[in-house]
Amino acid sequence: MDIDVRKVAELARIRLTDKEADALGPQLNNILGYVDSLQQLDTSGIEPTAHPHDAAMPLRADAVTNTNRRDELQASAPKVEAGLYVVPKVIE
Amino acid sequence: MPFSSIDDLKQRLDAGETSAEELAGLYLDRIEKHNASLNAFVHVGFEQIMAQARASDSYRAKHEARPLEGVPIAIKDIFCSTESPTTCGSRILEGFTPAYDAHVITQLRKAGAVLLGKTNMDEFAMGSSNETSAYGPCRNPWDTDRIPGGSSGGSASAVAAGLAPAALGTDTGGSIRQPAAVTGIVGMKPTYGRVSRRGIIAFASSLDQAGPMTRTVKDTALIASIISGHDAGDATSVADAPSVDWLGACDKRNMKGLKIGRPEEYFIDGMDAEVRQKVEAALKQCEEMGAEIIDISLPHTEYAVAAYYVIAPSEASANLARYDGVRYGRRCEDPKDLADMYTRSRDEGFGDEVKRRILTGAFALSSGYYDAYYRKAQQVRTLIRQDFLNAFGQVDVIATPTSPVPAFKIGEKTDDPITMYLSDVFTIAVNLAGLPGLSQPCGFANALPVGLQWIAPAWREDIILSAASAYESATDWHAQHPKAYGGAGA
Repeated sequence: MDIDVRKVAELARIRLTDKEADALGPQLNNILGYVDSLQQLDTSGIEPTAHPHDAAMPLRADAVTNTNRRDELQASAPKVEAGLYVVPKVIE
Repeated sequence: MPFSSIDDLKQRLDAGETSAEELAGLYLDRIEKHNASLNAFVHVGFEQIMAQARASDSYRAKHEARPLEGVPIAIKDIFCSTESPTTCGSRILEGFTPAYDAHVITQLRKAGAVLLGKTNMDEFAMGSSNETSAYGPCRNPWDTDRIPGGSSGGSASAVAAGLAPAALGTDTGGSIRQPAAVTGIVGMKPTYGRVSRRGIIAFASSLDQAGPMTRTVKDTALIASIISGHDAGDATSVADAPSVDWLGACDKRNMKGLKIGRPEEYFIDGMDAEVRQKVEAALKQCEEMGAEIIDISLPHTEYAVAAYYVIAPSEASANLARYDGVRYGRRCEDPKDLADMYTRSRDEGFGDEVKRRILTGAFALSSGYYDAYYRKAQQVRTLIRQDFLNAFGQVDVIATPTSPVPAFKIGEKTDDPITMYLSDVFTIAVNLAGLPGLSQPCGFANALPVGLQWIAPAWREDIILSAASAYESATDWHAQHPKAYGGAGA
């Protein structure tokens, strides 16, 4: 099977230059060819493992535990204004 | 002193023979002198490190010393910490200084440790050679033309060259154990859920675990005792995990009557003959010390790498979606719209290997392929877990080579991702099964270190520490350090 690297890159929101796409296409096909060895195993009736320990997700009390640290957290942002994250216009 | 164990340094500090300030100065001098040839450290704040050391000395003057009082510990560039940039070896996090500490960093600070700078790593921990780092490759102090392993290559190189007494690493598919093996140090990946992942930049959330990289088994136990334990801030940190007497396990040093499983799938054609011979010799020595070596089979081993390279990239593609150029990290210049900002920021910020993995994962999770790839790999993961459960019905612990080959040359495997992925063929199954694993030095192949890997049932790090301590006490592989960096040589 041939992977459509452009389509997958769009799903992952990564721009690829033509040169990158040309190099990545065959590499991804090789990787998928390698992992296709999994198809040799009969796994019918086997439960999938999502997580090493079968523990239920713990719950905590629905209470605010964080203090307001907006300024410190936004210090790392590329562009903020009046406590808001600034991004290019989304709706015309 | 640069090659002293933590245990040793603690005794000298306690006896007043040295101070935290002197130790920090010693290692910073060595970093200044040797980092150019190794590229082990990527962020070192000399002044703030000396300030931490002086604060530790003042604490000691007024209070009883804490368990790691004044001990410098190098930190992989994946752990968020407020005193230093944290960039995960990636351009996309260039200049990022976190607003909070990872839980394990808080634990180290509370124990009195001095955080000795951030170490080089494969970008987002994706690699087995430290060659995918945005800061360039890190080098192996035993031969600087060779890789130090990865992804915790900088931590391994720093400890092996005596630029730090110990370091923290993370291990998703072998990233602590494989670099420890190829640089001749001790490294342990604890049971999944033993150590909090909060504040550790996520790669594959069901596999990632932090652990110590040290000169001795006891030092590994000491650091594990500090960083392990439940953290309510990480939903995968296990609250009722059976506890371990970390240092007591080392003191027991028991090899007598220990049933050691030797899995046939880990001693195969295609692995380095000398590596195989050293590991066989180590097992023979364990037998002479009173252990029983039992041949076992882990029949699904050959599928572990394939299952991993579906599961880990899938989780990574979800985790790395957060790098969108909005809240932190790199944003491209003059984006023309939102989509352009996302796609161009990510193209510019991520390196080739990270892109390969994100795209592999995005494909495996995409509509129409999910069952054939992601679900299938999770089912195989069940079979791999089951293999270990069956084996531990017969044996107490499993011993294998950590890496099929010693350190390879820089550039040797960069052209072929699959060949690189197979570097972790002996470490990956342990992460899939969530088990603890430790690598310790067991000899040299062509003057390059060889690692012996111990694998125990979940939560039984004590069995590993006891066996590894017994082996260490009967050998002196751990006491050999690279001559080029002032060590006694091999």
